Amino acid sequence: MTTLPTSTTRKLGLVIDLDTCVGCHACVVSCKGWNTENYGAPLSDQDPYGADPSGTFLNRVHSYEVQPLATSAMPHPAAQLVHFPKSCLHCEDAPCVTVCPTGASYKRVEDGIVLVNESDCIGCGLCAWACPYGAREMDAAEGVMKKCTLCVDRIYNDNLPEEDRVPACVRTCPAGARHFGDLGNPDSDVSKLVAERDGMDLMPEQGTKPVNQYLPPRPRDTLDEVDVLAPLLDPVAEEPKGFLGWLDRTLERL
Amino acid sequence: MHPARSVIAFTTLSGAGFGVLFWLGLGLPDVTGWVAFAFFAVAYALAAGGLLASTFHLGHPERAWKAFSQWRSSWLSREGVASVAALVVMGVYGAALVFLDTRIAPLGWLGAALALATVYTTSMIYAQMRTVPRWKTPLTPVLFIAVSLAGGALLAGQVTAAMALLAVAGLVQVLWWMRGDGALAASGTDMATATGLGGIGHVRAFAPPHTGSNYLLREFVFVVGRKHAAKLRMIALALGYALPLVLLALPFSHAAAALAAISHLVGIAVSRWLFFAEAEHVVGLYYGAR
Amino acid sequence: MTQQPRIDTSPHVSDEVRKTTCYMCACRCGINVHMKGGKVAYIEGNRDHPVNKGVLCAKGSAGIMQVNAPSRLRAPLKRVGPRGSGEFEEISWDEALQIACDWLAPIRKSDPSKLAFFTGRDQSQSFTSYWAQNFGTPNYAAHGGFCSVNMAAAGIYTMGGAFWEFGQPDWDHTKLFMLFGVAEDHDSNPIKMGIGKIKARGARVIGVNPIRSGYNAVADDWVGITPGTDGLFILSLIHELMRAGKIDLDYLARYTNAPVLVNADPDSPEHGLFLRDTDGKPTVIDRNTGKLTAFDTPGVRPDLGATHEVDGITHRPVMHLMAERYLDPQYAPEAVADRCGVTPDKIRRIAAEIARVAFEEEITLDHEWTDFRGETHKTMTGRPVSFHAMRGISAHSNGFQTARALHVLQIILGTVEVPGGFRFKPPYPKPVSAHPTPHCKSAPNSPLDGPHLGFVRGPEDLALKEDGSPARIDKAFTWENPMSAHGLMHMVISNAHAGDPYKIDTLFMYMANMSWNSSMNTSGVMDMLTDTDETGEYVIPHIIYSDAYSSEMVAYADLILPDTTYLERHDCISLLDRPICEADAAADAIRWPVVEPDRPGHAGVRGFQTVLVQLANKLKLPGFTTEDGTPRYTDYADYIVNHERKPGIGPLTGFRGNGDDVGRGAPNPAQLDRYIENGGFFVSHIPEGAHYYKPWNMAYQDWAVGMGIFDTPQPYIFDLYAEPMRRFQLAAEGYGDRQPPDHLRDRIKSTMDPLPIWYPPLEDDSIDTEEFPIHALTQRPMAMYHSWGTQNAWLRQIHGENPLYLPTKLWEKHGFAEGDWARVTSPHGEITVPVAHMAALNENTVWTWNAIGKRKGAWALSEDAPEATRGFLLNHLIHELLPEKGDGLRWSNSDPITGQAAWFDLRVKIEKTAAPQEAQPAFPPIKSPVGQGPANLAWKVGK
Repeated sequence: MTTLPTSTTRKLGLVIDLDTCVGCHACVVSCKGWNTENYGAPLSDQDPYGADPSGTFLNRVHSYEVQPLATSAMPHPAAQLVHFPKSCLHCEDAPCVTVCPTGASYKRVEDGIVLVNESDCIGCGLCAWACPYGAREMDAAEGVMKKCTLCVDRIYNDNLPEEDRVPACVRTCPAGARHFGDLGNPDSDVSKLVAERDGMDLMPEQGTKPVNQYLPPRPRDTLDEVDVLAPLLDPVAEEPKGFLGWLDRTLERL
Repeated sequence: MHPARSVIAFTTLSGAGFGVLFWLGLGLPDVTGWVAFAFFAVAYALAAGGLLASTFHLGHPERAWKAFSQWRSSWLSREGVASVAALVVMGVYGAALVFLDTRIAPLGWLGAALALATVYTTSMIYAQMRTVPRWKTPLTPVLFIAVSLAGGALLAGQVTAAMALLAVAGLVQVLWWMRGDGALAASGTDMATATGLGGIGHVRAFAPPHTGSNYLLREFVFVVGRKHAAKLRMIALALGYALPLVLLALPFSHAAAALAAISHLVGIAVSRWLFFAEAEHVVGLYYGAR
Repeated sequence: MTQQPRIDTSPHVSDEVRKTTCYMCACRCGINVHMKGGKVAYIEGNRDHPVNKGVLCAKGSAGIMQVNAPSRLRAPLKRVGPRGSGEFEEISWDEALQIACDWLAPIRKSDPSKLAFFTGRDQSQSFTSYWAQNFGTPNYAAHGGFCSVNMAAAGIYTMGGAFWEFGQPDWDHTKLFMLFGVAEDHDSNPIKMGIGKIKARGARVIGVNPIRSGYNAVADDWVGITPGTDGLFILSLIHELMRAGKIDLDYLARYTNAPVLVNADPDSPEHGLFLRDTDGKPTVIDRNTGKLTAFDTPGVRPDLGATHEVDGITHRPVMHLMAERYLDPQYAPEAVADRCGVTPDKIRRIAAEIARVAFEEEITLDHEWTDFRGETHKTMTGRPVSFHAMRGISAHSNGFQTARALHVLQIILGTVEVPGGFRFKPPYPKPVSAHPTPHCKSAPNSPLDGPHLGFVRGPEDLALKEDGSPARIDKAFTWENPMSAHGLMHMVISNAHAGDPYKIDTLFMYMANMSWNSSMNTSGVMDMLTDTDETGEYVIPHIIYSDAYSSEMVAYADLILPDTTYLERHDCISLLDRPICEADAAADAIRWPVVEPDRPGHAGVRGFQTVLVQLANKLKLPGFTTEDGTPRYTDYADYIVNHERKPGIGPLTGFRGNGDDVGRGAPNPAQLDRYIENGGFFVSHIPEGAHYYKPWNMAYQDWAVGMGIFDTPQPYIFDLYAEPMRRFQLAAEGYGDRQPPDHLRDRIKSTMDPLPIWYPPLEDDSIDTEEFPIHALTQRPMAMYHSWGTQNAWLRQIHGENPLYLPTKLWEKHGFAEGDWARVTSPHGEITVPVAHMAALNENTVWTWNAIGKRKGAWALSEDAPEATRGFLLNHLIHELLPEKGDGLRWSNSDPITGQAAWFDLRVKIEKTAAPQEAQPAFPPIKSPVGQGPANLAWKVGK
């Protein structure tokens, strides 16, 4: 059913730390592996060994270059590179759900996960049109819409050890830049992290109210700030002889 | 957006078809018997043919019937319901005209309303998309309805109405384009909000997540050259609106009328190609497109 | 209420989890291989594993695409067309082994050095070197020479251990982490985990790298240094720290050779050598007594400042020499700034920040420990600044000295082997004295006189023949590069082709893509491999190659011995080799066939090491056969379990003897089963109190002896001053019996300085740097670092082509726009390639992803694959030799100390050009011995 629940018991989602993501694509491929073998149709690849390889991925890592503006404190700021993983943000007001004509797309009442019931999906693609984030990809082999399930078949899976009941991307992330939890609970670790680090919505003006949050990169290149109060080192000597004198005096004191 | 042939054909043809049905429902022209049959055949061929074409882009057309279920929230579902309702009502109405030589006027009015509603639901599929600022405007349903009514009038032989509506539709089209060209910039969505990095400085896409293509790029990132688009707009205006107007202004001939209808449909098809091809989906921002 | 679909949130995950070791790169993470119906269904990281603790990178997860790769070889191949054509016929294993023996047996009988056996991405070097040693050829090495011997050798010669897999920052305590060098690879997952840890604490990361990608993108501060000048920058930091007295004098006095006395008489034949006592131990002045004494005398307090006169010759402590060297104004920030591309102010600020964290944020752990002089310390002091370096600083002709400079920097701060600093992983720390020297004496029908590779202590250890000519085909351990501890794989084909120093008969290689991305001068190498002599015979008569996949090199061999994939084989990741230890534990691991090799309809594949055992048995090599000629080992698994290097010490340390012995113990036939039960690895933790100060900590030393790492405790002091280097300088000055050729004297004198120096990359001397003003670098993307080929269906979608990234200055100067192409020219060659813009890049540097470009026909890719049409290699621009100097000599493009291939010395010029049809140079396709991959893929093995 494609009307959105008025509220969900929990708001499970991801917190992605842009300060820490090194852009290694581990989450991308782990996701591909788990979701090829599990929930729904496999994520297929077309022309995998040919001129135009193209497959279905539910999580992709972009890279952006950001050029800060010059300031008096930093007249020549260096450009920065930010790695940017992106998958379904499991929006509270998920436009992809309400546009679905068949009810295949839905948002779960118990945890807010947005899913596609593949047996009802006609592959019209409208949900992907409605998503501003590019979170949905039509599988070319299966003709159904694929998207991040937040590993709904892992996070409650009794066949997995408890510590593994997290999305595959979170479990695999080497830098620990991905966090999973209930963003509806202000006392959860992820909510605290969002509060501490000024977590942000992507495209807030789209009105989707994404559950997933992004932690912005911490300020960079602060050593370059002209007015920073970091003291420079005071010399004890300017040439070897003076240094040896200092050395003797210091050793005496030791 | 990728200008998919199936969707261009669908919106062009079914828009015209439901337009004809609208006029037929109002009893314009007031025809019965085999003449009515001919008009209804054209209308159904366009409307149903367009609908059929739209199923070609489905991954699972055999499940298309499921699309009637979500009319509470989904414009696509509503379109399905409205189109079937329009076709059924107009079918009964048309059958009465053709076979019973009887015009059940209230049924016709209902059918006309449903035909118009169908066009409206189609337009709302696009007009609801916040992700495509060029589409997200009340002008989109106005345009779709104006074009549908004009095309319907043209095909239904309502010369005066057609001339007036073609002029109106042409004007709406121009307004729609003018507004559309600034829509993305006015939407407030840009790379800064897409990435949340705008507070640091100017954001530029450095490397895409994959060096190859993917569904998103194929479906949503279609770049049409500015000069090319301007040329196509002129063609769309000329064929879709101006030429039919000129032809209708000439003394009536079946050849001129047929040419006007064909010219209009070709022009509208070109404008619909532009409707998709020029539409900037905000997901393109993640790829640094536009 | 709406009706939600009911879904199964607890689906069956797998029938069985088989735990083995990843081999998608050199990181050696533990993996859980989930099996369904006997097939590989999913691969994830092993949470219990010491290396990755559950995480796994993109390559690791993509391993599933490696087991099904269409490029997998399927049977032994015999060449039937000309070399380089790719025309082969499949033959049986019996025939393949016979052909190999027919080539190898006569060589061994007459002159084993006619075999050059070089293994590329080898993770079994203790085994392959053992095989080569028993064959009797001196010509063995793995790929370290073109990879990063500078990194390893500089670490060993300075502090008895190196970065990468051999040590790690103390991630839990460090407060400032400084990462040097481009190519963010070794040790990939642990570095990411470590950066994640310190980022979570909000500690500062400083990246020194011309390119702000990957780890440098998350660095809080970025130093976009000019390539090849890291050493100068580091020496300037040392200058600043010493000038400010921000050095750890106590640490220097106790744990380094800073107080050791050096002969300071320029006229003495021992000038620059240590003053040693009658036992040969370096001496210091004891501050307690003022007397001369051995550095390790119990209770001694070495004096950093005292000089000593013997027989009229003044001896000065190393500390004095350092003060003279590094306080010199040539290292002042202003003096180095332009060359480094870093402002003087920035150098000062970084020096101040390092000093602040090291000396104001000192940490103290309440761990009591006793040092090698018998003194017990109540606590452990830590200076929480840590360093790590990547290939970038080392793949230069000044890379050895640069890496040494970095170690000197961390040592003067007192931050090595202390809480918050850099820590060794067992079997390191291990001083030079505990390493072997190189061996090269080869005789017919005999094993070599000892292990090939080692650490020279002076000219007497060079691998030279009686006549002074190089004993090894790669000229390792010669005057050209005396400390080439890993050999020079990049010179083997060039030297063999030139017959310099001699001709060989058979080139035998493993996992080394020499006709493509593993060579400098790629097209030159193709020519050398296919060149014929006046009789029409190939100049290199026989080439045997082993690989699991249809790589570019396959086409250039006469006989292919197809290897298994990593999930189909036995391996051991041994303490005798490059182990998987952590700073707190010794660890080793195995691979085992979690799936059996299956190549239906073909002769099949065998693990390369097993094939070596089979060849050894056929050749009856000593070490592999008993005195009555019967084989000792049936296959590699048998060797792993039963081989003993020394009594009780074998490839694996765990579950020895009856299964309970650790480190030392008799072979245990059930050892591999016990490893499999234990998750594919074994860990032995370092005891409490032995975690830090390991080189001097007797608790650690005693534990290491128990583990079989040493036979006796091996405490030592760090070599700020590397005396072995001084011995080579003395030879160049004319002292001693073994003398360098005259043309090398000046270079040895200037480069083999026992205290770190900086000199410009050697290529700069022989080219016009005005004409070629741009530095060109490569690195592999994290999703492909050290992975074998880009045939992986998932990974090649991420990186299927590679642009050349240009900095803003060059981008604008040449008027480039998106989609443009550039012609890139070096003194050696020219390529035409697609370009892209990158602002976060040193303004005089261009770079690209390495090894994306593929030869048409290789790796079972279609000939129009983007890797083959838009992908490219910088290798075409780099020569293995320096431009000719007109002296008739072949000067290798390598570090003059270690022979490390100087990939990153490359200089180019660029110009905009019309887009060609495909990247240039383009080569004709090679015939694929395995056909092409399928058109569609949906790899779900369950249900």
